[in-house]
Amino acid sequence: MSQKVQMQNNKYKPESMISLEDVTIRYGKYEAVRNIYFDIPKDRVTALIGPSGCGKSTVLRAINRMNDLINGCSITGRIVFNGVDLYAKEVDPVEVRRKIGMVFQQPNPFPKSIYENIAFGARINGFTGDMDELVESSLRSAAVWDECKDKLKESGCSLSGGQQQRLCIARTIAIEPEVILMDEPCSALDPISTLKIEETIHELKKHFTIVIVTHNMQQALRVSDMTAFFNAEQLDNGSGGKVGYLVEFNKTDMIFNSPTEKATKDYVSGKFG
Amino acid sequence: MNQLYYRPLSARSIANKSLTLFALILTIASTLPLAFILAYVIIKGGNNLNFSIFTTLPEPPGDDLSAGGIGNAVLGTFIVTGIAALIAIPIGIGGGVYLAEYSKRGPFCKFIRFGTNVLSCVPSIIAGVFVYGAIVSTRVISGSTFSAIAGGISLSILMIPSVIKTTDEGLKLVSDDLRKGALGVGASKFATIVQITLPSALKPIATGIILGISRAAGETAPLIFTALFSFYWSQGSQSLLEPIASLSVLIYNFALEPYEAQNELALTAALILIAIILGINIMTKIINRLIN
Ligand SMILES: Nc1ncnc2c1ncn2[C@@H]1O[C@H](COP(=O)(O)OP(=O)(O)O)[C@@H](O)[C@H]1O
Ligand SMILES: [Mg+2]
Repeated sequence: MSQKVQMQNNKYKPESMISLEDVTIRYGKYEAVRNIYFDIPKDRVTALIGPSGCGKSTVLRAINRMNDLINGCSITGRIVFNGVDLYAKEVDPVEVRRKIGMVFQQPNPFPKSIYENIAFGARINGFTGDMDELVESSLRSAAVWDECKDKLKESGCSLSGGQQQRLCIARTIAIEPEVILMDEPCSALDPISTLKIEETIHELKKHFTIVIVTHNMQQALRVSDMTAFFNAEQLDNGSGGKVGYLVEFNKTDMIFNSPTEKATKDYVSGKFG
Repeated sequence: MNQLYYRPLSARSIANKSLTLFALILTIASTLPLAFILAYVIIKGGNNLNFSIFTTLPEPPGDDLSAGGIGNAVLGTFIVTGIAALIAIPIGIGGGVYLAEYSKRGPFCKFIRFGTNVLSCVPSIIAGVFVYGAIVSTRVISGSTFSAIAGGISLSILMIPSVIKTTDEGLKLVSDDLRKGALGVGASKFATIVQITLPSALKPIATGIILGISRAAGETAPLIFTALFSFYWSQGSQSLLEPIASLSVLIYNFALEPYEAQNELALTAALILIAIILGINIMTKIINRLIN
């Protein structure tokens, strides 16, 4: 039996899309996360879990250079995407974000029509095809087409929270990125909307690589193939500050069923966090 | 008698009532000037009001009974204020966008904000004297002296601070989530500002612009030093380089004349000017409703 599992594990070796190599991120002098290594596989869902404040969002934002917007945030180490170091001098962060889209914790539709919400990103990315078709297919992929098809001209802000979030997913899909980052996309939503978004994620991973931060372990278990467990440890310099680090990275069922680290086991069984 | 009952003659009740009355009297007193001004202007200026004053020119003071019309002054007020808006809107919005979106909130940014506040308190006559010294007396604009353009520039100095301030404040109210959302779908900073942030702040910006315009439209002092006055119609683009009439300067000139007819025309002009400014303020409300 264990032999068989082993064999399956070996067979399952997806190509890596993004590699984090010894990544350390600081806010000013304060070190938020330290020495992170892991590989995000292509066309799979990777979940980042861990207690709050351990740096999950920080790591996620580093992947599409959103941290550039925060004054004083700096990074060392390498994040390699399709063989390119994202923090190399020649790299344009705007281009990075076109390949690596992001969905935020709070749904943030633009105060424009539903149609324009989708069209905006596509247009600035130089999309020249049939916009009506793109709007429909993006809304369909994000599973909000049925709710939106009769009111494409209405403001995106008139939708419910769950619909807004799926609209935000749709507008990210519309720019045809290779990777979609999601930072706790369901934390502001009700359970039914949450389930819908999880179904959407299952559909999306056929075409996109997805990285999702979640504080909900059941959600990580339901949607993800790989899981990275982060934790924070007290700094030993007596400042009382904490630094986040990656405890364990493995296939999701391994993390939840047979973690190698004790901290992981305690966390997934609900002993802390 | 029950202690909980209201006693109208207790010291507390009487003090309460008399203070309420006192406040009411003060409130009425504070709006009286406005009511008197409106009544005075309407009664004195209204009887002269007819369509022909919009189509005729004012006549230089003399002993004939008619002072003519205010047609060129109405037109001039719109032209000079329009020039001021054309200068102040791009500069003001640009400055506000810089402060809110680009500056790193350092000392330079603080200096500009402080400067803007100071500029908004500068007495308008100083803007007039400044433009007189810098533009009128030096004849830098194709050799012209007093001109519509010089007048527009001096009014724009008064408008710019209010446009900068409302743009800056309006942009600061736009949620950062929106900016992140736009950047997250690969928008450049410029595209984000032009297509997402500025449109979201349109309402306060439009309000600021219109209030700036309505302030400028009523200004007199800067125009006396820059646009002067004219008894003729402005015709063709060349006339922008010549002195131009405006309602406020017409009021100033004619109200001081020793002739009855001119004084009456000044009051009619005052009525029109008040109506224009009131109209601009009502426009703010309409525009705000349209934006929603
Ligand atoms: N913009 C910021 N400026 C300064 N410190 C920050 C900022 N964002 C996060 N931090 C700090 O970095 C650490 C990790 O935060 P975060 O990545 O948000 O954690 P998580 O998403 O796991 O809850 C926290 O200690 C937090 O205080
Ligand atoms: Mg977070």
